[in-house]
Amino acid sequence: MPTTQRGLTAERVSWGIDGQLILDDVGVLAPAGAVTGLLGPNGSGKSTLLRVLAGVQQAGRQAASGPGPTTTFDGADLRALPRRERARVLALVEQDAGTDLPLTVLDAVLLGRIPHRSLLAGDSDADRAAAHTALAAAGAQELADREVGTLSGGERQRVHMARALAQRPRLILLDEPTNHLDIAAQLHAMRVLRDLAADGVTVVAALHDLNLAASTCDHLVLLDGGRVVAAGPVGEVLVPAVLEPVYGVRVDVLTHPRTGRPVLSFDRG
Amino acid sequence: MSPAIRRSRLPTRGTSPSRPWLALPLAALVLVVSIGVAVTIGPADLTLSEVGRSVATHLGVGGALGLEPLSALRDGMVWQLRMPRILTAAAVGAGLAVCGAVMQSLTRNPLADPYLLGLSSGASLGAVLVLLAGVPLLLPVAAFVGAVGALALALSLAGALGTITPTRTVLAGLAISQLCAAAVSFVIFWSAKGDAFREVLSWLMGSVASATWTSVAVAGGAVLVLGTLLALTGSVLDAFTFGDTAAAALGVPVNRARWILLIGVALLTGALVSQSGSIGFVGLILPHAVRLFTGARHRLLLPLSALAGGSFLVWADTLARTVFEPRELPVGIVTAAIGAPVFAFLLWRGNHR
Repeated sequence: MPTTQRGLTAERVSWGIDGQLILDDVGVLAPAGAVTGLLGPNGSGKSTLLRVLAGVQQAGRQAASGPGPTTTFDGADLRALPRRERARVLALVEQDAGTDLPLTVLDAVLLGRIPHRSLLAGDSDADRAAAHTALAAAGAQELADREVGTLSGGERQRVHMARALAQRPRLILLDEPTNHLDIAAQLHAMRVLRDLAADGVTVVAALHDLNLAASTCDHLVLLDGGRVVAAGPVGEVLVPAVLEPVYGVRVDVLTHPRTGRPVLSFDRG
Repeated sequence: MSPAIRRSRLPTRGTSPSRPWLALPLAALVLVVSIGVAVTIGPADLTLSEVGRSVATHLGVGGALGLEPLSALRDGMVWQLRMPRILTAAAVGAGLAVCGAVMQSLTRNPLADPYLLGLSSGASLGAVLVLLAGVPLLLPVAAFVGAVGALALALSLAGALGTITPTRTVLAGLAISQLCAAAVSFVIFWSAKGDAFREVLSWLMGSVASATWTSVAVAGGAVLVLGTLLALTGSVLDAFTFGDTAAAALGVPVNRARWILLIGVALLTGALVSQSGSIGFVGLILPHAVRLFTGARHRLLLPLSALAGGSFLVWADTLARTVFEPRELPVGIVTAAIGAPVFAFLLWRGNHR
C-alpha cells in the first residue's frame, strides 16, 4: 500500500480489554475526498475502531511481535501528533453525546474552536464566523439560538456535525451519524457528508443501514468480530457472498432504477 | 424532503446578552457594596461613612484623604470584629462557588459540590484532628488531606457501585460525608472541655463567627491564588461539556486535566473549610443560578460564580447573626434552608428529563 496517498491509512490496529480482542489486526484505507463507510453487525468493533483512530482510546499492543500499529493521514503519523494539533486535523462525532447543562447551539458549536485558540482566549470574531459557517454547512443555521436540550434527535445530530466542522478538520470520523433519525434527517446527514467529501475532506462513517451505505458511500470496510472481512468499492463489498456469512441473512442485490447503485433486500436465511 | 443545505448566509450575532462582560464589574461592585453595608448591620448603628473612614485609616490613606479616625471602640468594632468575619464569608462563598462549578463540569454531575461529595466533612475531620494534636499551623494542610481523602473515597465507592452516575456519586458522597461528620463529632466530644456542642456545630454546619485577620489571609489568599487558577481553566472545562471522549477529541489530556483540577478543588476546599467549617450548598446553588444568566460556558461562569458566591455568603452570614439577635445561627443553617429546596428541585428536574 502506498503510504504517500492522501487520506487515512491505518494498519495492524488491535485493541482489547480484559484479555479479549475487540479489534484484531485491522487495516483501513480511506481516501481523501471520499466517504468511506464502516459496516458490521453489532459488537463487530466499529465504534472502538473509530475511537482508536481518533486517538481517544490508545491502540493496545495486542500483537505480541512484529511491527506495531500505524495510523497515518496524508503521510503524517496521527498518533505522533500532539493532541491539540491532532484535534485541528481530525474531528470525531460520537453517538448520543449529550449534556444536562443549559447550552445554546452556537455555544456548543463554538466548543469546536477550542483546539484552534489559546486555552486562555475567549471566542474571537473569527471563531464565531467559523461556527456560523459550520452551522450553515450542517444545515443548522436556524438552530443557532436554541438550547441543545430542546432539540430533536435529527437537529441534535446536525449540531454535533457542526461542532465537528467548526474544528475545520481534514479528516472526520462519525459513529453512526444516522442512528435514531427519521429518513429525511438520515438523508440530510449523508448529504452533508457528501458535501464534505466534495470539499476534499476524508470522511469515515460507521453505519448500520446497508442501503444507506449503498446509496452514499464510495468505499466500504466490513468488520466482523473485530476483523476486516471485506474492503473496497461499494459494488465489491455489498454482494451476497460477502454479506450473508457476516449477517446470517439471505441477501438479494437489486439495482436502483435511477442511480444505478445497489439496493439490498434481506430474508431470514 | 430533506432540508436544503444553506451555505451562504453569514453570521448574525449569538444568543448571549449583548455585553455579558459588563456583568463582572457589576458583580464586583455588588460584592464590595454588600461587604460595606453588611459591616454596618448589627448593634451600634454604624454608618457606611464610618466604615469607609475606618478602612481608609487602616489602609494608611485616611490622613491623606483628610478623614478623621473613629473612636477606638467603634473602630475596633469595624476593623477587628466585623470586617474579618465578613471578608472571610466573602472569600469562603467565592471559593465554594468556584469549587462547585468546577466539580459539576468535571463530573458532569449537576448535583456535585464540595459539601455533598464529602470534601467539606473530610476537610473538617482533618482540621479537627490537627487542632486536637495541637499543631494549628498544619490546619490548611490537614484539611486538604481530609478533602482529598474524602473525594477519593467517594469516587471509588461510587465506582465500586457500578457505572459512575450522578446519583450514585452523591449517595457515595453522602455516606463518606456522614462518616467524616460522625468522626468529627466523636473526636470533639472525646477531647473537648467546655462548649463541645458549639464547636461541633461550627465545624459541621459552618460558621465564620470567630474569623480573624488570619482567617481572611488563609481563605482570601487561597481564593485569590487557587480560585484564579481554576477560573482560568474555562476552555478546558468547556471541552468536557459533552463528556470525556469529546474532550479528548478536542485535544484535552482528559485524565491529567481531571486530576489536576480535582486536586485544585480539594486544596481550595481544604483552605476554606479550615477557616469556616463545612458550609453546605453554596457550591451547589450558586453555579446553577449564575448559569441561568451566562449559559454553560465557563469563561464568564467561573469568575461570576465567585463574585456572586461572595455576596451570597456575606448576606447569608448577616442573616445568621441578625435574625434572632442576640442569638447567632451557624451560617450553614441559612445556606441549607436556601440550598436544600434547590437541591430537591434539581433532583426532581433530573428525574423528569
